[in-house]
Amino acid sequence: MALSDYKGVYVFAQQTDNKVDGIALELLGKGKALAADLGTEVVAMLLGHEIGDQADVLAEYGADRVVLVDHPYLKDYMTEPYTQAISAIIRELKPEIVLFGATAIGRDLAPCVAATVHTGLTADCTKLDIGDFPMNPIPGKETLHNQLLMTRPAFGGNTIATIAIPDFRPQMATVRPGVMQKIAPIADAKANVLNFDAHLEKNDRYVEILDVVKKVSDYVDIQDAKILISGGRGMQNKENYEKYLRPLANLLGGQVSSSRAGVDGFGIPKELQVGQTGKTVRPKLYMACGISGAIQHLAGMEESDLIIAINKDETAPIFDVADYGIVGDLFQIIPPLTQMVEQELAKKKEV
Amino acid sequence: MKIVVCIKQVPDTAGGVKFNPDGTLDRSAMLAIMNPDDKAGLEAALRLKDQYGAEVTVVTMGLPKADAILREAMAMGADKAVLVTDRVLGGADTWATSQTLAGALRGLEYDLVITGRQAIDGDTAQVGPQLSVHLGLPLVSYTQNLKIEDGYVIAERLFDDRHHVLKVKMPCLLTALSELNEPRYMTPGGIFDAFQKEVTVWGRKDLVDTLDSDLGKVGSPTQIAKASDKVRKGAGTQHVAEDGREGAAYILEKLKEKFII
Amino acid sequence: MDFALSQEHLMARDLFRSFAENEVKPLAQEVDEEERFPLETVEKMGKLGFLGIPIPKQYGGQGCDYLTYAICVEELAKVCGTTAVIVSAHTSLCEMPILHFGTEEQKQKYLTPLAKGEKLGAFGLTEPGAGTDASGQHTKAVKDGDEYVLNGSKVFITNGYYADTYVVFAMTDKSLGSRGISAFIVEKGTPGFTFGTKEKKMGIRGSATYELVFTDCRIPAANLLGKEGQGYGIALHTLNGGRIGIAAQALGLAAGALDVSTAYVKTRKQFGKTLDRFQNTQFTLAEMAVRTEAARLLVYKSAWEHDADPKNDGTCSSMAKLYAAETASYVTNRAVQLHGGYGYIREYDVERMMRDAKITEIYEGTSEVQRMVISHNLLK
Repeated sequence: MALSDYKGVYVFAQQTDNKVDGIALELLGKGKALAADLGTEVVAMLLGHEIGDQADVLAEYGADRVVLVDHPYLKDYMTEPYTQAISAIIRELKPEIVLFGATAIGRDLAPCVAATVHTGLTADCTKLDIGDFPMNPIPGKETLHNQLLMTRPAFGGNTIATIAIPDFRPQMATVRPGVMQKIAPIADAKANVLNFDAHLEKNDRYVEILDVVKKVSDYVDIQDAKILISGGRGMQNKENYEKYLRPLANLLGGQVSSSRAGVDGFGIPKELQVGQTGKTVRPKLYMACGISGAIQHLAGMEESDLIIAINKDETAPIFDVADYGIVGDLFQIIPPLTQMVEQELAKKKEV
Repeated sequence: MKIVVCIKQVPDTAGGVKFNPDGTLDRSAMLAIMNPDDKAGLEAALRLKDQYGAEVTVVTMGLPKADAILREAMAMGADKAVLVTDRVLGGADTWATSQTLAGALRGLEYDLVITGRQAIDGDTAQVGPQLSVHLGLPLVSYTQNLKIEDGYVIAERLFDDRHHVLKVKMPCLLTALSELNEPRYMTPGGIFDAFQKEVTVWGRKDLVDTLDSDLGKVGSPTQIAKASDKVRKGAGTQHVAEDGREGAAYILEKLKEKFII
Repeated sequence: MDFALSQEHLMARDLFRSFAENEVKPLAQEVDEEERFPLETVEKMGKLGFLGIPIPKQYGGQGCDYLTYAICVEELAKVCGTTAVIVSAHTSLCEMPILHFGTEEQKQKYLTPLAKGEKLGAFGLTEPGAGTDASGQHTKAVKDGDEYVLNGSKVFITNGYYADTYVVFAMTDKSLGSRGISAFIVEKGTPGFTFGTKEKKMGIRGSATYELVFTDCRIPAANLLGKEGQGYGIALHTLNGGRIGIAAQALGLAAGALDVSTAYVKTRKQFGKTLDRFQNTQFTLAEMAVRTEAARLLVYKSAWEHDADPKNDGTCSSMAKLYAAETASYVTNRAVQLHGGYGYIREYDVERMMRDAKITEIYEGTSEVQRMVISHNLLK
């Protein structure tokens, strides 16, 4: 079978507790654009148990079709049955592109699938395009059209590379959450569902789930926040986040987040961590307070529209990415700033 | 119990990344270290060794200078070390790397394989899972709190909002995160012993049941279309605050300028 | 001739450096300010084998050479003079005499737990009237059956109170002068062995410096180290090796102050430019660096000589101790000067380093004693 016979952009519709995750909708948004470029369809792969009702959600966010695998083994995420199911879909339906979220599930599942079906996989992409490979013609080498060009940062965001998979299908990528845009939902869209039997069979790679322990979290997803007031080692303790950062964040309608130093050192919840091992954020304003700016942190926030940094140390690397860097003591600066913002907002109200 | 830990030598980014005058990355200015997640994997293996008794073998694929991290691993307590190095293995993507490591591991005995979640240079987090597929081993990614019971591993598998407690039959493959344990220091005597020990050096011919078409650059499905060291957008304006109020006023002005308020 | 450190030594240096940075440096200011003995660090070092570096494995040690031990003390002293002297006194002054002069039983019973870091060691020679002139000992040991009865006191004892095992010197025969001195191993908790004043010091303030008091303290005759009358020789031999530890501590203080200053002058601005742009700064740093490196060469060479021949005449270790100590005082003093007003306040490390440095010119043989040893060997 020729590589050109592989058709369609497939998206893994990750779900948790039988509810489709936001990343699935983001992938559909991007998948739809890629499918348009290729003149093909975008298909969601929905795996779970008694999960059929979620198919329409996927249709609302742009899925032309939904491939549904409903099986008790797929209730909670487990590597092997999920790998079997996705691999079976790929072998039978032959998509040309398969996208996953770069989540704790997608980063486990995608490499296993790629290894099973023998194809390439590009991790943590921030940009996906359709184009030529090689990107600029090389004499004596055939230029392939309609290739998926996958751009990703490496080295904690210090290098970027664009990757292609010219000789294997499907072309696979994981995409960082928060990077792609979902489409405006299509009201009352109904899914075109294909019930797929993946012939799941228990083998030695199956594991047993003894317990599922959910973390109770009262935190708003920092990836959704337009404004983040973020603290680091310079905050000195957890209480100072509440005392200094929270009021300012509340005034601006934003959230409080943290560098890894705050998570490891002061017990700030991991959900609020920005950076390579935390979350990638792109708010309108990222205010870094007492964050030195380790490379792993910068990787998670440097795409923010406006970065303001307050740090005592004028050599702190955070200043290398900040639009405005203020050398000074955050404990001296933030209280009057909060007061001034409050006055400013009050003034606006009056007008 | 025999445990194999896969480790990788990577440039250190912790002390700050060094740039050339043109804004590109200066790789030669950075120290080569053991990848932090891999070190966490080694620590997990050494704790199992302390608790249950085990022989720990570290394996790396890399340049001959990767010998240094194997010595370090032995100075921390690993018993044996294997360096897989060969020109034909160069330029490998995760598929070809995982095939190479699978070829090496087929030549070793193991009840448990541990890898780091991801390397700080590539950041792909793919080699561990792909290795598990090639070897037909059950996989548990992002593990913590390992226990061994009657030929099974009981481990917590972390997700974004929860963890699963999993029971997995050995042999199996686990991936470890640097956030989850504090690797031990070497000991001075351990360092001197490590340099007395032999590092097994393997080349292409020592890889078991491996096809040339799965190795190195030739065997890599992914190809680089374009690579560049990212030029940082560069520092903006730096302002030294005279005092708290002055610094606050400066920020307020910027927030207004940028229509944040 | 090869001045390069071996791969082993380089890796060991990395180990000591990362331990110092991560575990020792964060406590250095607090330990100084509160005059607090850093027990938690000692415990960690014990577990990692830092308290038995040059001791053979058969006695629970790491089986490394003296150079590795010197590098350890140097790296610790770069960030904390207190921590460095704890290791130095324990290793050079307590473990080494037991290793060299102890019986097999004494090594098993005392050296092994010391080397494993389960026990801490100290050395009691100095008395109020017997400092530089150690032969003027007043503490007496009288044999009574299969016991010795100790009476007297020792002052300025590093690791005092916190140590479990003490190598103590006493007169067994006053009439023989220095040939009447003997060495003993005394355990903490022995009835009649108590601690007197804790000294309040200018520097190395976290190190515990205590008076040891012996009042009819009975110890087993089996705890005599070497033979009766051999004590003075044991003391001199021990101090020969000990000087290398203190020289390494002094070297570390100088190197640490140089590191801190080099970083500081790049950030501190005066007259619109950073300090490193001024020639005065550049020349001062150059002088500091030259002396530090010269000290390092002497310290490493004396450690290397000690490995080759532990019974050498001690000229090199005296040179190392003399030069490194004076370098530590000089370099830390210049470091404070480069820091200006900030160098004089406690928030900045160089203030502590300058206070810590002074003692290295005094203890384990003053600079004057070192000059005596060097010239004596030169003129004999």
